Amino acid sequence: MPLSLEQLDAVGLKFKEKERAFEKIIRVCCGTGCITSGANRLLESLRSAVEREGLSSRILVKKTGCHGLCERGPIVTLGKDEILYQTVGKRDLDRDVELLLKTATEGKIADLLLLKAPGKKEKFVSPLEIPFYKGQKRVVLEMNGVINPEEIDDYIAHGGYRAPFKAFQMTQEKIIDCISASGLRGRGGGGFPTGRKWHSAYEADGQMKYLLANGDEGDPGAFMDRSLMEGNPHAIIEGMIIGGYAIGSNKGYIYVRDEYPLAVSRLSRAIEQAQNYGILGRNVFGSDFEFDVEIFRGGGAFVCGESTALMSSVEGRAGEPRDKYVHTVEQGLWAKPTNLNNVETWANVPSIINEGLEWYTSIGTKQSKGTKIFSLVGKVNNTGLIEVPMGITLRQIIFDLGGGIRGRRRFKAVQTGGPSGGCIPEQYLDMPVDFDSLASIGSMMGSGGMIVMDERDCMVDVARYFLQFLMEESCGKCTPCREGTRRMYEILDRICKGEGKIEDLMHLEELGRGLQWGAICGLGQTAPNPVLSTIRYFSDEYKAHIIEGRCPAGVCKDITTFTIMEDKCTGCMRCAAECPVGAVVGERKAPQTINDMLCITCGICYDVCPFDAVKIS
Amino acid sequence: MVQLAINGRRVSAGKGEMLLKVAQREGFVIPTLCYHELLGSAGRCRLCVVEVHDAGKKRVVASCLYPVKEGLEVFTDSDEVKLVRRTVLELLLARNPSAELIQHLARQHGINEARYVPDQDKGKCILCNLCVRCCKEIVGVSALGLSGKGPVKKVGPPFDEPSETCIGCGACVVICPTGHIVMEESKGVRTIWKKKFALAMCPTCKRYHLPIFQLEWISKTRNIPMEELMVCEDCR
Repeated sequence: MPLSLEQLDAVGLKFKEKERAFEKIIRVCCGTGCITSGANRLLESLRSAVEREGLSSRILVKKTGCHGLCERGPIVTLGKDEILYQTVGKRDLDRDVELLLKTATEGKIADLLLLKAPGKKEKFVSPLEIPFYKGQKRVVLEMNGVINPEEIDDYIAHGGYRAPFKAFQMTQEKIIDCISASGLRGRGGGGFPTGRKWHSAYEADGQMKYLLANGDEGDPGAFMDRSLMEGNPHAIIEGMIIGGYAIGSNKGYIYVRDEYPLAVSRLSRAIEQAQNYGILGRNVFGSDFEFDVEIFRGGGAFVCGESTALMSSVEGRAGEPRDKYVHTVEQGLWAKPTNLNNVETWANVPSIINEGLEWYTSIGTKQSKGTKIFSLVGKVNNTGLIEVPMGITLRQIIFDLGGGIRGRRRFKAVQTGGPSGGCIPEQYLDMPVDFDSLASIGSMMGSGGMIVMDERDCMVDVARYFLQFLMEESCGKCTPCREGTRRMYEILDRICKGEGKIEDLMHLEELGRGLQWGAICGLGQTAPNPVLSTIRYFSDEYKAHIIEGRCPAGVCKDITTFTIMEDKCTGCMRCAAECPVGAVVGERKAPQTINDMLCITCGICYDVCPFDAVKIS
Repeated sequence: MVQLAINGRRVSAGKGEMLLKVAQREGFVIPTLCYHELLGSAGRCRLCVVEVHDAGKKRVVASCLYPVKEGLEVFTDSDEVKLVRRTVLELLLARNPSAELIQHLARQHGINEARYVPDQDKGKCILCNLCVRCCKEIVGVSALGLSGKGPVKKVGPPFDEPSETCIGCGACVVICPTGHIVMEESKGVRTIWKKKFALAMCPTCKRYHLPIFQLEWISKTRNIPMEELMVCEDCR
């Protein structure tokens, strides 16, 4: 029997009471990042320790989704924002389990497990004190790290699945108007107004309409969608129920890449639980609205994140995009009207319906409302997953939340928008992060990848890296993308080897524009971004490679040598100890030299030298 | 009927018609490679691009797939159109240096030589997919397909092995715009896509004509006795 609103409240209440019976709740992050750092092992040990000590009635050990601070995993939290412990069980599992129990029973804070501010003595107890969390505004990820993603009751206890009741009281048009007025834009990268898309899908002729949730996250280093699917799967389903009702669709698919087995398993479980409660199925919550969701596992091609390629893939054909002169909201999956949104977009929907327009539109900028999840990676001190209000500046993200650049190096560029985003230089650090600002400087919001680079990153090499990725991931359907990305890569590779010609720069720009205008889909159209943006902002580096035959960052091996400056070297032998091939020779306390015959130009000597005695030439 | 303008000239077209067809009917020259009368197009080659201004928005689109719209302004020779066509042709010239059609089209667009290292392993195949679709949609045997993605994408029978379903009809050879697919006949044997077919000898003129395998397939699917099919078309 489908649950009524009263029954839903009762389920939530019962769950809350069950949890309230415990004195302390220890939450262990069981996102993929923390699991690879040993969270499952920790969870098991902790649970058996609680049982062994006879504390089962007093302490609840709970698994949660991703907290975002993956680099410091496994993350454990106690109470509501009371204590955050990091790298728990990573070095000494038994000791850390004991420390956790001590905290839970005696309130004794384990100094050892607290997060330290980089380069400072200061330690943080509550996650609210940690700069990484302080600057965040968690809407979509609010429940990540709080609820157990495998328990629907937990989601219900935290206010979940109330939005459909509210939505069912509204007309379809009213819901669509509400989403339009909220200013919600597509979180998958395009930034298309969600309400407008829903409206077109609603208006489209056809008995059968489909909903799609895009969870085919393929950007290297990005894990926003994964953490959401793993940490709060019900929010996506709840959003889809509302979307299905508004548009008039009875069937939704969540497209998840198969490399995300945990996301697949948690989503499957969530769907099953929702079906058992009558939240999905013939009569959603007892209404006459029928809606069901199925998971489709993607085969791993990057291009399948493109809407038409994704639909092709669901239909069982090769993941090739098509021209969208006839929109997918009119003819999409199996040529039926189809509304595709990114999983993050779907997860925004319940809070808009629940909390109302005034609240939602108060977050963000004029043209970009709400929050955005980014995966902040690269040369920052705190890498991880962040959710920030639109309009926050890049500087705030990188230097406040991210804790600045690692070590003693300087910021050089930040790459936003995934592999086909652009590289943004220092002069734009104070720009607000929103869809339009990023596009205006040759980059894009994309799905939310953010890679920070420092002086030791060569921008030509960076462009080459992304073009190699895009070349390999091009589906090969249209000529400009298939052949163009390959030829751009070839030219960049030549420049990195010191064989570039000055006319290559003009050629790259011309070829880039050819792709922007000529390719079928977003992959090919945006593929030139990393090249064009680096030529635009870092032409000096290109010229150094081409004219002077040197790589200023010391990355391009063919044109880089490392030498030790005699006057600066103290003979501390640090580089000699770290050199992987034993190329550094010399007596202790005397200047060292590098044997060019052995040197593999990895640059470790340069990176570790405390006296800046190693020179790139 | 809808009214649109191509290069400033007012033109009318039927609703749902594709730009390419309309433009060609009106005498505008738009080069194509992957478009075929019988199969339509999938917009792969991007040679037929034109610039359209629709509701104030400028786009470069594949004319073979773009349906006409009321009030559309079309330009078949703008700077962006030329850029895309030249880009495509230069890239194809580097991919298929031996393809005469590509050489010809490239020259027509002012490209005599590509600035890239020419490929040696791609033959004349531009991956237009016409052979694959012809084999599937017209012949009805689906012996060919595309495999791989990106730079290693290629066309051929599954696993590059002689196909079990290929009937050796050679329709792919006929439809291929660049002459990439090789079919050879010698001493009563036809070789195509690495598969050998014994040719039927016409009982009347004693000349070899079609593969026995193909005749058997026709006999089976069209219900025509083999004896009839063994006689070549000239002698029937």
